[in-house]
Amino acid sequence: MQRNGKFALLFHSLFVVFLLAPLVVVVLVAFTPNGYLSYPTSGLSLRWFKAILDNPAFIRAFWNSMYLGIAAATISAVLAIPAALAIVRYQFRGRDGLVSLFLSPLMIPHVVLGVAFLSFFSRIGIYGSFPALVAAHVIIIMPYTMRLVMASVFGMDRSAEQAALSLGSSQWTVFRRVTLPMILPGVAGGWVLAFTTSFDELSMTIFVASPSTTTLPVQMYNHIAHTIDPLIASVSTVLIVITALFMVVLDRLYGLDKVLIGKG
Amino acid sequence: MAELTSTLSETPNPPVSKRLAPWLLSGPGAIFFLTLLGMPLLMTLVLSFNSFDYSEGIISTFTLNNYLEVLTDSYFHEIFLRTYGISVAVVILCILIGVPEAYILSRMRSPWRSLFLVVTLAPLLISVVVRTLGWVLLIGGNGLLGKTLEALGLAEASAGNLMYTHTGVIMALVHVLVPFMVISVWAALQKLDPAVENASLSLGASHSIVFRRIVIPQILPGILSGSLIVFALSASAFATPAIIGGRRLKVAATAAYDEYLNTMNWPLGAAIAFILLVANVALVMTYNRMMERRFRRTLG
Repeated sequence: MQRNGKFALLFHSLFVVFLLAPLVVVVLVAFTPNGYLSYPTSGLSLRWFKAILDNPAFIRAFWNSMYLGIAAATISAVLAIPAALAIVRYQFRGRDGLVSLFLSPLMIPHVVLGVAFLSFFSRIGIYGSFPALVAAHVIIIMPYTMRLVMASVFGMDRSAEQAALSLGSSQWTVFRRVTLPMILPGVAGGWVLAFTTSFDELSMTIFVASPSTTTLPVQMYNHIAHTIDPLIASVSTVLIVITALFMVVLDRLYGLDKVLIGKG
Repeated sequence: MAELTSTLSETPNPPVSKRLAPWLLSGPGAIFFLTLLGMPLLMTLVLSFNSFDYSEGIISTFTLNNYLEVLTDSYFHEIFLRTYGISVAVVILCILIGVPEAYILSRMRSPWRSLFLVVTLAPLLISVVVRTLGWVLLIGGNGLLGKTLEALGLAEASAGNLMYTHTGVIMALVHVLVPFMVISVWAALQKLDPAVENASLSLGASHSIVFRRIVIPQILPGILSGSLIVFALSASAFATPAIIGGRRLKVAATAAYDEYLNTMNWPLGAAIAFILLVANVALVMTYNRMMERRFRRTLG
């Protein structure tokens, strides 16, 4: 293995600065003691974090995003597990078509999905409702869940299942006691990745969220479009910390590099 | 050949329950997708052929006027040219930055390599709104870039104000999308045999020749697939161009948003969205064709 030269390391350092600078700046501004957008040159202050608590709009949007992410990720896992079992274990006509169907949201720009859901939901009269938002998010995050669940079903050793079957267990017991525990890391990894994707989604959600179901990214976008103040920096900082926590969980469950490189 | 092996491995006439099993298992997901993805897209397609009147709203007729308007009006030409122009610039910059970085990462030693891989990939999980806000704080009116330029005596502070400029949008988009390029190239680099590199080095080739003549040709598929992802995501990006480009630099996604939520001309917005969708799908399909011809693809 060749070592990197001085020029390569310089390039690498600049790259890391480029990548992290915008995030560092957001965190710095969040700690400003001043009432306006500035860097904390005269000491650090938590006043803008306290200010979040006085803004019920952000708190409500945060909980909306949480419930939405949990509901959508759970439904996507419930749909993806049997579908992945069918796709990986059976040869049948239409199998490739099914894979393309489940992965197709990756190919469709989120803005296009947004306008499509907007017209559809308002036509059937559920525009802006929480269930409509959940349905739209399930579609968007399903490809991520499918990929990780399919990969874990694909890589599973089936001898334990066959042993259980030959000892007289029913199909359902085999699934519950053998298959599910064995693919659980993949399912959990898929769930967390799906949750994060849902939690961060903006371009589609902005079309289908109503004032009462506004999510955190939509609330933040609307705030930025109106005004940029230290409050939005402190909200972003909280978000960065939460995301970092999820990354640690994801890394423990499945391996962050595996999840993200599989994501492409 | 694949068909032959699959029929051989299965019993000639599986019982009905076994033939139905895959459909029962995948049925719920398939029905969910066909109704909640198929119907909305179909409805939007129909909508794009309807017409719109400011006093009467949406009129259900069949007309090609929305598509004609988008394809002939210079206002929309400018928007689509800008969208794809920005995307090309973002792809080129992502190649110039992401390919060497992936190569450098792959040559790092053990603890550093996985650490910096995570540093590179982690921003992908952080909301685009947050990352774009960071760029506003850097390149905005009173941003760090302007202050730094002034402090170094390089330029006036106003030179660092890149809000509402193409440069600003492109920089922020490169930041948002370059991890995808690193991922693709990284995956391609993993398949490389270091022996080939070492052989050419031992035969006297310089590092830059090895990189250009040995490494690049082998990771070309990775660069191509990275470029495809970056291009597609850049062409349909919403948050970054909306926040940094604002009203002054409209792109296809923000134009569709305005037609839907501000002008309320849904049929025209639907036509813009469909053109964006068709361009995206055509690009991905062409690419997949190209790749399938070159490599046998495996599942997933």
